[in-house]
Amino acid sequence: MKLYEYEAKEIVSRYGVKVPRGFLATSINGVREAVEKLGGEVVLKSQVLAGRRGISGGIRFAKTLKEAEETSSELLKMRISGKEVKQLLVEERVCVDKELYLALTIDRSKRAFAILASTLGGVEVEELVRRHPDALIKITVDPIVGPAPFTSRWLTEFYNLSKDLEHQVMKIVDSMWRVAVEYDAELVEFNPLALSCSGELIALDAKIIIDDNSLYRHGRLIDKVYRDLSDAEAIAKRHGLSYVELSGNIGIICNGAGLTMATMDLVKTYGGEPANFLDIGGGASSEQVKEGLKLLLTNPRVKVVLVNVFGGITKCDEVAEGLISAVSEVGSVKPIVVRLIGTNDSIGRRILMEKGVKAFSSLREAVAVAVELARRDPWRS
Amino acid sequence: MAILVDEGTRVLVQGITGRQGAFHTKLMIDYGTKVVAGVTPGKGGLSIHGVPVYNSVLSAIHKHPEINTSIVFVPAQYSLDAVLEALEAGIEVVVVITEGIPLRDELIIVNKARSMDRIIVGPNTPGVISPGIGKVGIMPSQAFSRGVVGIVSRSGTLTYEISMEISEAGLGQSSVVGIGGDPVTGLDFVEVYEMFINDPATKAVVIIGEIGGDAEERLADYIKRSGVEKPTLAYIAGMTAPPGKRMGHAGAIISMGLGTWESKREALEDAGVMVFKAPWEISRALLNVIQG
Repeated sequence: MKLYEYEAKEIVSRYGVKVPRGFLATSINGVREAVEKLGGEVVLKSQVLAGRRGISGGIRFAKTLKEAEETSSELLKMRISGKEVKQLLVEERVCVDKELYLALTIDRSKRAFAILASTLGGVEVEELVRRHPDALIKITVDPIVGPAPFTSRWLTEFYNLSKDLEHQVMKIVDSMWRVAVEYDAELVEFNPLALSCSGELIALDAKIIIDDNSLYRHGRLIDKVYRDLSDAEAIAKRHGLSYVELSGNIGIICNGAGLTMATMDLVKTYGGEPANFLDIGGGASSEQVKEGLKLLLTNPRVKVVLVNVFGGITKCDEVAEGLISAVSEVGSVKPIVVRLIGTNDSIGRRILMEKGVKAFSSLREAVAVAVELARRDPWRS
Repeated sequence: MAILVDEGTRVLVQGITGRQGAFHTKLMIDYGTKVVAGVTPGKGGLSIHGVPVYNSVLSAIHKHPEINTSIVFVPAQYSLDAVLEALEAGIEVVVVITEGIPLRDELIIVNKARSMDRIIVGPNTPGVISPGIGKVGIMPSQAFSRGVVGIVSRSGTLTYEISMEISEAGLGQSSVVGIGGDPVTGLDFVEVYEMFINDPATKAVVIIGEIGGDAEERLADYIKRSGVEKPTLAYIAGMTAPPGKRMGHAGAIISMGLGTWESKREALEDAGVMVFKAPWEISRALLNVIQG
């Protein structure tokens, strides 16, 4: 789960990382109050959980109160990556001497944490990895011991900072580690981390991603899980389904993450476009299957639904029951192509057959038919 | 021969009194696996499908010193404790079925196991099956048959799908190992692949990967450097997955631009591994490779 910049900054500043003075505003009035308290030039930062805020024009500077008001009224009408801007972080503008990149994340291959650092602050990390691997260093952090003091010596040297800044670097690294442990963060990122004109290291931006699997032990955070989800994603999550929206017109329901991805890929290979990823998981009930299918049937973009279930602990008859009740609840006429195999598959196929739904046992056939139906059916929506 | 699960495997079930634990204990026994004991703290003295239940791994091992493998079904919140307990009691192979264990707990258990020279399979794995010999896992047995193909995978149902085709083609499997769908796993592709290379019963290896991380790329690198010659085929799921989205498995996410389908395909093909775009193409290709 991603935290907003202002939330991340509030956390890291409690752990001793310097951040610019700032206030959260949700209206022009709020912006005015913040600017008056801060005095001088300000930065207006849109608070949305999407990358590339800067490039999208979501981060703006203002020299005067009037300018701040005008700019924020524009920002509060904006959408960034489809997300409405509802909150602005109003911060003092910091005089910057140097911009750096610093992050603590998971190194999957080393089964450890890692510190990533670059002298190219402000550049997106994807860009750093792809285009400037030479300007990036990675230092492994033992997941039990934490960062050793040499880490800060290396970073100070790599950043080409004066030796007297080493204690500031060490304090920041130590804070990142404590946040990672105490909040179960899989990413703590400062981009940029600025060396200010007055010689202080200040996190101009902060990003924290919390490991979803750990949310049960962070009571205050768990309520926030739903805030960034679309309606469909929220419904799916409530029913224990794993759902990702895509842009095509063939709805997909499967059991198991690998099989769901494979089914999406096959649809694409056969010339179709998947509308979503929907994994009902292992041992799904007919209720879960019903809710999953309802999501897709009520999505106007979906023209055809392809169901692919390999029964193991998931029972094919439960799946069939769920499919049938979703169709009758929604009253949908969208074609559904079903492939059922494994535990109780013949019962499942019979249940479907009685309602006029043909179930395939061959995956290849089912994919081909679904793609063909999506192509043949342009007038229906 | 087989890997990880063989005739000598004696199993302890941790979390045996839970719904999943009890259900799969029965299925493992039906398949011929030697399940000798179970543990659920506070439920010692019970018997589940004829298997005695103990309060601790320590007392289970004391009564049944032949135990060498454990399978963990305990809920995610208690998995760290359960795995550390199994390791401390001296169990060599711990198969962690549980999904949803916090990443930090996983980092602790996999590093602890490695420092003790023990094996963790998973977490978030369907387990291991050596068809005809035994299974320590939750996979539907009917998809598998005794044979010559070694399979190592990051997913469950997709593995059953491909295994079934291989069974129907008459080739069967030597062993099938799920390394797990989380970002951090105990055994990785390279380690399981090495076991298959050293296993005379395995004539060819199938890799079932997915987007996210670099486990496939590291395997490609290993194959290239070691110059091993067992025929190796691969299927990678997630060609159409968008970046930055978790596709069901915690580990199936393209982040920081790393872990794309294309990068994995390229690396594997560069190492001489045949990469297929449809799961059903694997069994046909295997027939060609093995029967020439």
